[in-house]
Amino acid sequence: MTESALPEGGLRRVAIDPLSRVEGHGKVTLLLDEAGIVRQARLHIVEFRGFEKFIQGRPYWEVPVMVQRLCGICPVSHHLAASKAFDQVVGATRLTPTAEKMRRLMHYGQMLQSHALHFFHLASPDLLFGFDSDAGRRNIVGVAAVHPELARRGILLRKLGQEVIRMTAGKRIHGTGAVPGGVNRNLSRADRAELGALVPDAIDWAGEAIGLVRSLFEANLPLYREFATFPANRLSLVRADGAMDLYDGLIRARSPQGETLLDDVECGEYWNYILEEVRPWSYMKFPYLKALGPERGWYRVGPLSRVTNCDFIPSPRAEAARREFLAFDDGRAARATLGFHWARMIEMLHAAEVIGELLEDDDLSGTELLAGGPRTARGVGVIEAPRGTLIHHYRVGEDDMVVRCNLIVSTTHNNESMNLAIREVARRFIDGRTLTEGLLNHIEVAIRAFDPCLSCATHALGQMPLALELLDADGSVVGRLRRD
Amino acid sequence: MLDGAPVPFEPGQTVLQAALAADRYIPHLCYHPEFRPHGSCKLCTASVGGRLVATCTTPAEAGLVVDSETPQLRDVRRTLVQMLFAEGNHFCPSCEKSGNCQLQAQGSDLGVTTAGFRHLYPDRPIDASHPDAWIDFNRCVLCELCVRASDEVDGKHVFALAGRGLTKHLIVNAPSNRLGDTTFAASDEAMQVCPVGAILPKRVGFAVPIGSRRYDQRPVSAQALDDAPRPAGRSP
Repeated sequence: MTESALPEGGLRRVAIDPLSRVEGHGKVTLLLDEAGIVRQARLHIVEFRGFEKFIQGRPYWEVPVMVQRLCGICPVSHHLAASKAFDQVVGATRLTPTAEKMRRLMHYGQMLQSHALHFFHLASPDLLFGFDSDAGRRNIVGVAAVHPELARRGILLRKLGQEVIRMTAGKRIHGTGAVPGGVNRNLSRADRAELGALVPDAIDWAGEAIGLVRSLFEANLPLYREFATFPANRLSLVRADGAMDLYDGLIRARSPQGETLLDDVECGEYWNYILEEVRPWSYMKFPYLKALGPERGWYRVGPLSRVTNCDFIPSPRAEAARREFLAFDDGRAARATLGFHWARMIEMLHAAEVIGELLEDDDLSGTELLAGGPRTARGVGVIEAPRGTLIHHYRVGEDDMVVRCNLIVSTTHNNESMNLAIREVARRFIDGRTLTEGLLNHIEVAIRAFDPCLSCATHALGQMPLALELLDADGSVVGRLRRD
Repeated sequence: MLDGAPVPFEPGQTVLQAALAADRYIPHLCYHPEFRPHGSCKLCTASVGGRLVATCTTPAEAGLVVDSETPQLRDVRRTLVQMLFAEGNHFCPSCEKSGNCQLQAQGSDLGVTTAGFRHLYPDRPIDASHPDAWIDFNRCVLCELCVRASDEVDGKHVFALAGRGLTKHLIVNAPSNRLGDTTFAASDEAMQVCPVGAILPKRVGFAVPIGSRRYDQRPVSAQALDDAPRPAGRSP
């Protein structure tokens, strides 16, 4: 399939616009020849946000609050990545134990709520009912009708994450808990006990969700093993000892064969190893590993990369689940694109375990909230957001105003991978066939595996209007398929 | 009489001062009990003897009949607040003054739920030249409280308003028009008294959590009554 920017003569264009059950707005275009063979498949990001520009000239302490407006699903990630960057600006090379643990708790709360939202609300309808099942029930309402207990658990898991965020950040969405150098609140013992009482159920339910994904793999092994699957480099943060760490760590990248491409790279040095390519047809850039170049250096981030990149998960049940995942089907599940769902549930379990552990830590109720030191002009904050590695990079002037900002968000890292995934699906499921809504949903299933946050700001839940138009080479509409 | 009930007053008090001292709230923004009345925001407008006047500058007199809590006046005040929001760039979600901002609190008290007017989206450059304070002119409501505080308390005459009508704007007393080149200090009353997020201390923006701020606790109407000076022997 070609990757050229302009449709070629004789090809017809099919657009899936907007994509549904993903966060943010995007569209997919397919160019088909007369035989119905897909000659080009692309994921387009159709919104332009401009945060990197309008952050310029604003005071640095305002940025962690402002920049989290990029997203309503994972604002905590942006809030914390920016705060981590400005920790360096205010010279806080080491946070107080209370600040560090409050932030971690906030972050793992977000991981729990975001993963629960994605799996139960957005992805499970495809997995439970089938990719081309009746579109009318392929949504969370349909899941609730057939699997009420599963839907209830999904909602309660998400609620626990949201409550953790509320108590650590002040609000469930767009709070202000983290500030440069630390946090502005601690957690009372009563609050810790209230949240802690909810954790055992969450751990059990997350464990059962892993079992559900495994059973889906077992029931549909050939499909799940191969659907939208292709070899990909993977990149994530890991702790210095190789453990999974979603809040902080060093950058590690591995090849599809497991060879180490990067390891122990300090976050502040990311730009020596990662470059971004601009292509004329998308607002989203294409990052790649500098050493390998844009053709071979693209990589995948997110749960699947993290679970397969770390040496171990530092919580017992999640680590056991990781080992089971890696061993399943001779390791093929851990290479499959639909393995994202399995890995995501392992992380959800890990998040629940970490939340339970942290809530027992008296440091959360400590009163030393802020640290500081010699002021610097530059800060890089990198964090593992629910969707993958998130990089915030700022330069601050002597007058305390931001002069430069570079954000590489998780979904951007996955840009090339998502495009490859839809090409793979188009080749296998669409080539030469009559287009139906169910067939086109296969493409969305592939994209949803990555849990993209397409604009990192707007969200689509449930069935969204879908309009497909078949155009001839002159742009004339030759056919329409519509879902209202 | 205020809204049908008698209100005691002392010679020299304005209608607004007498009302607040008697635990009767009239909305206001540019009035501050420690400074001479200014009468610019017009939020304290009430019907005095059938005429609409600013109560912060109208002397209290025996026999005055004042109507303040009427649906019409509430509409007028809501419109005035909407105009202030539309004239500047007041982006509450990321403004560090949120929760401590009188404009926001008045909007909440008066039920401002929409802009009501087309935003003017002014483009006023920030002044971050001072080491300890910064000014976001986009949030200035031209109340002149900083002007009065700098003149009357700080004795520095750092601030003034220049221009007329829509071009009216805050200036500082330096040839460069940069705050860092004035005698302003972060401890000046002129900074403490800013009711909105225009003149702010640096580096402490979100140190106080959301939910713990002044107007998170009690509405502006209750806070204003707490702050109102009262004659000896009368408590709130």
